[in-house]
Amino acid sequence: MSELSAAQRRFLKKRKQKLRTVTLVRVLIFLIFLFLWEVSAGTGLIDAFIFSSPSRVVQTFLSMAADGSIFRHTGITLLETLISFFLVFAVSILTAVFLWMSRSLSRVLEPYLVILNSLPKSALAPLLIVWLGANMRTIITAGMSVAVFGSILTIYTGFLEVDPEKAKLIFTLGGHKKDVLFRVILPGSVPIFLNTMKVNIGLCLVGVIIGEFIGSRQGLGYLIIYGSQVFQLDLVLMSIVILCILAMCLYQCLNLTEKLYLKKM
Amino acid sequence: MNPLLKLSHVSFSYHEEEGETLALSDISFSLKAGKFLAIVGPSGCGKSTLLSLICGLLAPEEGNISLLGLPLKEAKANIGYMLQKDHLFEWRTIYSNVTLGLEIQKKMTPERLKNVDTMLDTYGLSEFRNARPSQLSGGMRQRAALIRTLALEPDLLLLDEPFSALDYQTRLSVCDDIYEIIKKEEKTAILVTHDISEAISVADQILVLTSRPGRVQKEIPICFSMEERTPMRSRNAPEFQEYFNLIWKELNTNV
Repeated sequence: MSELSAAQRRFLKKRKQKLRTVTLVRVLIFLIFLFLWEVSAGTGLIDAFIFSSPSRVVQTFLSMAADGSIFRHTGITLLETLISFFLVFAVSILTAVFLWMSRSLSRVLEPYLVILNSLPKSALAPLLIVWLGANMRTIITAGMSVAVFGSILTIYTGFLEVDPEKAKLIFTLGGHKKDVLFRVILPGSVPIFLNTMKVNIGLCLVGVIIGEFIGSRQGLGYLIIYGSQVFQLDLVLMSIVILCILAMCLYQCLNLTEKLYLKKM
Repeated sequence: MNPLLKLSHVSFSYHEEEGETLALSDISFSLKAGKFLAIVGPSGCGKSTLLSLICGLLAPEEGNISLLGLPLKEAKANIGYMLQKDHLFEWRTIYSNVTLGLEIQKKMTPERLKNVDTMLDTYGLSEFRNARPSQLSGGMRQRAALIRTLALEPDLLLLDEPFSALDYQTRLSVCDDIYEIIKKEEKTAILVTHDISEAISVADQILVLTSRPGRVQKEIPICFSMEERTPMRSRNAPEFQEYFNLIWKELNTNV
């Protein structure tokens, strides 16, 4: 590393300060929000029974953590989300490959995919319960249904955008269509896979929660519905907070995967 | 001696909903082994189509193409094709890019790989074998693309405007490089280009095509009286301007 000039050092210092300010303001907003919420609930400005308060949320968490039940519920939601996420990934890549291999198949199926993709998938959840029963299978299917069609379309479109000249190169080197698939299309689409996965993880979580709302006795979605029905808003809010943390962690995991991939390139 | 490649009365058209376009009509020429043929013509005269026909990616609608005296399909000859862009894959290292053809054809034999190593060495890419394509300059990338094609030890090399994506200066020096490599490896080559100077500087024989549909306007043998010809020296030779004017006139008679 060469010696930095004074101007460059000043620039870097200024930049660092700016970043620090942004982080500081972020944290402050959060703390002020918590403080106002707690104080207004404590002084009766808002009804703590309906709006809960940070301390009540923490208390609920601690009591459920003590008997381990909160970990069981979170774990189940996490498991269902991950299973549906990986299934969506596998199903959508396989389907996209089939669509890519047969132009006629894709032309036949395209309108169906577009319709299924634009359909609000929560409308399917009641049907799934009747068809598949109130069990984990239904919830995983609900999770998949939200993400899978969009994912197929995105990946397939990505395949089509690969430069046809690259396919020509493979043919001039004596390759066949399967060589184009394995040596150009799939490795060239890794950035699209990663992007789709980042979108999918959130969508699968949405689907799983919808599924748990109507067809489950466990999981965070169940806790939210149960809590609202028995007017335990502390429970509802705590579940939502955990859900937020869960979503953020899952997204960050994929973000990290993407960063590792880009670094490797 | 039999010609390496012989085209007789080859025609080809593209079919679309809007109608058909005759791209090439009644093309005949032959090429001896070890010679360098340049095909010049205005854009859209079917130059790339002609190369696709010769390497068998497309089949002629009329006429015959024979290699070493045999119809193209039966000929066991290897044809190398170099496209306009290098299309080196960013997810592969330079080494696995240049061995891509061998990998596809399952020909990763020790002697072929050794040949690749020698070429990487000779053409100044050996220290970049584990680099990614984006770390290379335009000229180096083009050389890597040529090695990828040569790794399959082709009997005939097709070059589809391989310098057009480079800036002028790089273009001249890469052209020199590639010419030297082709001559050193004793390859027969066909270069397609719209650049008259480039064609004269490398070719032993020039085919001038008319535009839409492409027909053979004129076949011109090129001969320089110098020893140790290079594209750069050819450009400065006294004969160069004469050839240029001749081809210029041929290209403009049918505009």
